[in-house]
Amino acid sequence: MPNDSPFRRLPEAGRRAVTIAFEDRTLPALEGDSVAAAILAAGIATTRHTPVSGAPRGPFCMMGVCFDCLMEIDGEPNRQACMVEVREGMRVRPMMGARGLSEGSADD
Amino acid sequence: MTKNVPLIVIGAGPAGLGAAAEAAGAGVETLLLDEQPGPGGQIYRAIARSDAARRALLGPDYARGAALLPALESGAVDYRPGANIWQITPEREVYFTRDGKAQVLQAARIVLATGAMERPMPFPGWTLPGVMTAGAAQIMLKSAGTVPQGEVVLAGSGPLLLLLASQVLDAGGRVAALVDTTPRGSLMAALPHLPGMLRAPSTLKKGLALLARLRRAGVPHYKGAGDLRARGTEKIEALRFTAGGREYDLPCALLLLHLGVVPNLQITRALGLAHDWDPLPRCWRPRLDSWGNTEHEGIAVAGDGGGIVGAEASEHQGRLAGLQAACQLGKLNPADRDAKAAGIRRALAAQRAARPFLDRLYRPAEAFLDPPDNTLVCRCEEVTAGQIRDFVRLGCLGPNQTKAFGRAGMGPCQGRFCGLTVSEVIARARGAGMEEVGHYRIRPPIKPVTLAELAAMDPDDTGPEGGFDRDDAA
Repeated sequence: MPNDSPFRRLPEAGRRAVTIAFEDRTLPALEGDSVAAAILAAGIATTRHTPVSGAPRGPFCMMGVCFDCLMEIDGEPNRQACMVEVREGMRVRPMMGARGLSEGSADD
Repeated sequence: MTKNVPLIVIGAGPAGLGAAAEAAGAGVETLLLDEQPGPGGQIYRAIARSDAARRALLGPDYARGAALLPALESGAVDYRPGANIWQITPEREVYFTRDGKAQVLQAARIVLATGAMERPMPFPGWTLPGVMTAGAAQIMLKSAGTVPQGEVVLAGSGPLLLLLASQVLDAGGRVAALVDTTPRGSLMAALPHLPGMLRAPSTLKKGLALLARLRRAGVPHYKGAGDLRARGTEKIEALRFTAGGREYDLPCALLLLHLGVVPNLQITRALGLAHDWDPLPRCWRPRLDSWGNTEHEGIAVAGDGGGIVGAEASEHQGRLAGLQAACQLGKLNPADRDAKAAGIRRALAAQRAARPFLDRLYRPAEAFLDPPDNTLVCRCEEVTAGQIRDFVRLGCLGPNQTKAFGRAGMGPCQGRFCGLTVSEVIARARGAGMEEVGHYRIRPPIKPVTLAELAAMDPDDTGPEGGFDRDDAA
């Protein structure tokens, strides 16, 4: 898959390869990656659109402080993608605006 | 009944690991809670699963973190990673979520070692995707093994920026430009503090070596840069700035920002502790005695969370807090505590002597403390510096009122990334001092907790035992 990520992976042994689903794409990752790191390494810059103006945002601090990497992970909205480690088959979607009122629905 | 624990240490960076190791070494039953998946904090991030090649790339200041792991490996410390702490009370109840379940523990003593975070560096466009902190890139390098590539621009001021640039080069990457916002004249202003700096000569030598490394590699170094604007629609495309009277527009796919680090004060603030304004590094710090004790009985602070001191000094402070906790819990008599502390205090004093020089040299440029009107200051609620100034004109006196005027500080980050800036902007607009303007009141929960997690809470259950698995990667 073409990848214009501003991050390149160093050669690495010892970490198992996994895949995660990002919307309708399958992304490669390594066990121990945070979701945010895996997404950035796969060339995806935007993790959410803000509820206030709809502006795009991406991971900023990678240490759980800024909350700009909020994503829907395995159906749960507003998770900090930099604080969650990838698991095989994990389903990840960007947060578009505020979470919905019913559990798991982030689109309305 | 809530379960009682003699000592809870919060945070597994150098300070927390130092505190836990000393206390456990003196025979104190010690619980170490950390929100990250592995020990090391941000400075030694992923140290337990880093191989020899990674440690060589990141250098000796990273690799030395491995010396802090034996207390966890031996099981002397009950270490529980992935613990999201959302409330600590002055009565020392610690509420946290782990494995989808809320829990509460009662501690006789608490050492808070919550470390540092990047100082906000607001300018127009700093919220675009592709703009990140230099610390974020370092965290990715340490934990995910990724190196910035392509049109990578580093902007700001401070040693971490130079270190990151050097590490990117060492890993075979390229740095398109170093946009240095250190104001001209900073070196002259810092010179009176040079004698203190010379008490920690290795720090000075390391800094000079990094500068030489970047010069040899031919990295374009724009000094005295100002008027930064990041340009782009869906993500960053270019960085505009002025330097030496010229205007630049550098194509940019990844912009990494750094303006030094500041204490992460969310817990000490939520505890209602007294904080003092530190004018040289321009940040707040909780009021502590020489053991790190706060004004709340049994609650101490160690490391950068009590004022920026760096990784080595943080470990020293952690060890002091660990010795003090062991003494207070009757596991160490005061004479033994003081004997063990003497050498630690000497090493700590040498490290701290270097800070005033660094703090003055890398004081942020005024434009980042009091940004232009069109700059988003509160990233979450999208409140600009101009709006904050409007609130002041309407009679807003301090940061807590800005919440009512325009929601600044009320988004998910709870003021972590705008608190300092909002207070600095108000102070200038009012012509008042920072002590008078103050800081946001921080209220629990300081991290989001869901109703499902609360519903799963059982005060009798302390959850699955912690554990420490070291990957045998080396």
